[in-house]
Amino acid sequence: MNASFFHPADGDGTGVFGRFGGQYVPEALVAAIDELTVAYDKARADEDFAAELTALLADYAGRPTPLTEVPRFAEAIGARVFLKREDLNHTGSHKLNNALGQALLARRMGKPRIIAETGAGQHGVATATACALLGLDCTVYMGTVDIERQALNVARMRILGTEVVPVSTGAGTLKDAINEAFRDWVSTVDSTHYLFGTAAGPHPFPTIVRDFQRVVGVEAREQILRRTGQLPDAVLACVGGGSNAIGVFHPFLDDAATRLIGCEAAGDGVETGRHSATLAGGRVGVLHGSRSYVLQDNDGQTLETHSISAGLDYAGVGPEHAHLRDSGRAEYVPVTDDEAMAALRLLARTEGIIPAIESSHALAGAVKLGAELGEVVLINLSGRGDKDMDTAASYFDLVGE
Amino acid sequence: MFSGDKKTVVGYLPAGFPTVDDSVEALVAMAESGCGALEIGLPYTDPVMDGPAIQSASTVALANGVKTDDVLRVVERVAARTEVPILVMTYWNPVEQYGIERFADRLCEAGGAGCVLPDLPVQHSLPWREEAAKRYLASVFIVAPSSTDRRVAEIAAASTGFVYAASTMGVTGMRTQVTGGDLVARIRTATDLPVFVGLGVSNGRQAAEVAGFADGVIVGSAIVRRLLDAPDVDTGIAEIRVLCGELADGVGALVGSP
Repeated sequence: MNASFFHPADGDGTGVFGRFGGQYVPEALVAAIDELTVAYDKARADEDFAAELTALLADYAGRPTPLTEVPRFAEAIGARVFLKREDLNHTGSHKLNNALGQALLARRMGKPRIIAETGAGQHGVATATACALLGLDCTVYMGTVDIERQALNVARMRILGTEVVPVSTGAGTLKDAINEAFRDWVSTVDSTHYLFGTAAGPHPFPTIVRDFQRVVGVEAREQILRRTGQLPDAVLACVGGGSNAIGVFHPFLDDAATRLIGCEAAGDGVETGRHSATLAGGRVGVLHGSRSYVLQDNDGQTLETHSISAGLDYAGVGPEHAHLRDSGRAEYVPVTDDEAMAALRLLARTEGIIPAIESSHALAGAVKLGAELGEVVLINLSGRGDKDMDTAASYFDLVGE
Repeated sequence: MFSGDKKTVVGYLPAGFPTVDDSVEALVAMAESGCGALEIGLPYTDPVMDGPAIQSASTVALANGVKTDDVLRVVERVAARTEVPILVMTYWNPVEQYGIERFADRLCEAGGAGCVLPDLPVQHSLPWREEAAKRYLASVFIVAPSSTDRRVAEIAAASTGFVYAASTMGVTGMRTQVTGGDLVARIRTATDLPVFVGLGVSNGRQAAEVAGFADGVIVGSAIVRRLLDAPDVDTGIAEIRVLCGELADGVGALVGSP
C-alpha cells in the first residue's frame, strides 16, 4: 500500500477565505512568509515529500489512528457516536501531524532552528518531538499561566531538549506566547522557521496547517463509511484557533448532508464576558496576521479571554472557520467550562478514555445538542487528558483522601 | 513635509504614558529640545514589533484606560503647542475598528500629519492610503533589510512624507551598533523621499553616524526608557530634553559637512 497520509487541498493557495485571511505582518517578515509559501507550494507537489511525511506518520506517529464507537457514552446523546482517536497519535494529540509536516518543510528550507508558541503545551510537545527527531534546535514560547496549569507538558518539552521560554506579558496565555514568538521571528528569520500550531496567523499558515491536519478527516471519513455504510450526520470538534476542527471538517465540506459543528470555549458563559468563544462573541478584525473574528473592545484592543482549557484560551480564530461560519457551511456553539468538565468525566467513566479538556468541549457539544444531531455522530477526540489531571483534580476536588 | 537638506530627529512616545497629561508635556519637551517631528504611539494590546521598553509603556497607558479618542486629543494638545509634524504610530486593528475614514478625519482635525502602521503591509494598505491621500495625511511605510528590491520599489512608491528604513531585523529597542547604510542606498534608488532610519538608535553618536547616510533618525525606546527609569516624571522629562538635544546635535553636526 502506498497511499499517502498527506492530502493537500487543491487550488486555493491564495490565503483568502471569503473576506478573511491575508498577511497583516511587519515588513521584516514578508520575505520569510513569501519564502515559506514558495517552499510549501513546491513540497505539496513533490511525491518525495509526501512519501517522507507518510512514512513518519505511519511508522513514527502511529497513523492511522483508530475510530472508536462509544455506546455507553452515546446514551447521553441518543445516536451512534464514533470518536476519532487523535489522543492515540504519538505525543497524545493531533498536533504532531502538523509539527512533523512543518519540521520537514523547515529542513527542506535549510532552517536549523524552530520556534513555536503553545497554549496547552500539546503543540509545544509535538514541535519539541519533531525537532528532536529531525535534529533541529527548538525554542517554545508559553504563557506563565499556562506553564503553571500544564506543568506536565513543560517537563516533556524540556526532556525533549527544547528551551521553554515563559511569557509574562498580557494575561500570560496563548496570545501573548504568539506575540513573543513573532518578536523572536522578526529578529531571527534567516535561520529560523516559526512552526505555527493552529490554522490561524498570516497566509500561508492557515492553509499549511489545514493541509497537514486534513489527514484526520480523510481517515475518519473512510473509517466511518466502512463501519456504518454512511457518512456521519454530524461532525463535532473543539475550536480554539481551530486546527483539529479544520482538519476533520475539510474533507466533509462537499458532503452537504453532514453538519459541521465547532465547539468554542464559553468559559463561565458568553454572557459573563469571561470566555474565549470568538465566533459567538467577537467582531471582524485583524489579529496575529490575518483578518478573522476577534474578541476585542470597541477600540480594537484585544480582550483578555478565559477558558479552563489552555488550548482554547485564545481571542482569535482561524480565518477559514470565520468563512465557514459566515457562509453557513459550519456552525459554532459555545460550551462552558462546567459542561466540558462534565463531559470529560462522563467519557472517562463510561468508556475508560480520559480526554483533554479541549476535546471535552466537543464531547460536551454533542451531549448538549443530543438527538437532534441524527443517527451517526463523529467527534474528533483531539487529545488525551493526562496533562489536565491537576486541573481536573482541583475542579472535581479529588485531591487528598 | 521634510526638506532634504536638513537632518531630522523623530521622537516617539506612546500617548497616555505615564499619564495622558504627562505624555503631552513630554512630547512638547521633545519638540522643544530637538525633535523635528513626533511619532505619537497609539497603544495596542499586541504590539509584535515592539521590544520591552515600548511594550511596558503601552501596557501602562492601556492600564490607565487610554482610548483612541484620548490619543487623538493628545495629538491635538501637542499640535497646539508646537509646529513640528506629528505622526501617529499604531497597529492596524485599532485604526480599522475606529473606522478608517473617521480615524483619518479626526487625525486631520487634531492637526496630525500622518501615520506609521508597522503591521499594515503595502499590499493591504490601499483602504488607508485612499483616505489618507484625500486629507493630505502621510502614509509612512517601513522597509526592512529583508525586503526584496521589488518590494522596496513598491513600498517607496506607496509612501508619502518619508520612508522608514529599519536599521536591523528586529523589534524596537536600543542597540549598541546601528547599521542601515546599505538599505538606505537601496531605498534611494527607488525614491526621492527623505529616508529616516529607526530601530536601535539611542544616543548622539549613533544619530551622527546614521545622519551620515540618512535624512533623519527615529528614536523611541531610548526616550521611553528615560521615563521608565526616572524616579519621577519631571526628572524623566528633563532627561528626555538632554537626550533629544544630544540627538539633534548628533545629526546637526553633519549638516553641511563634506
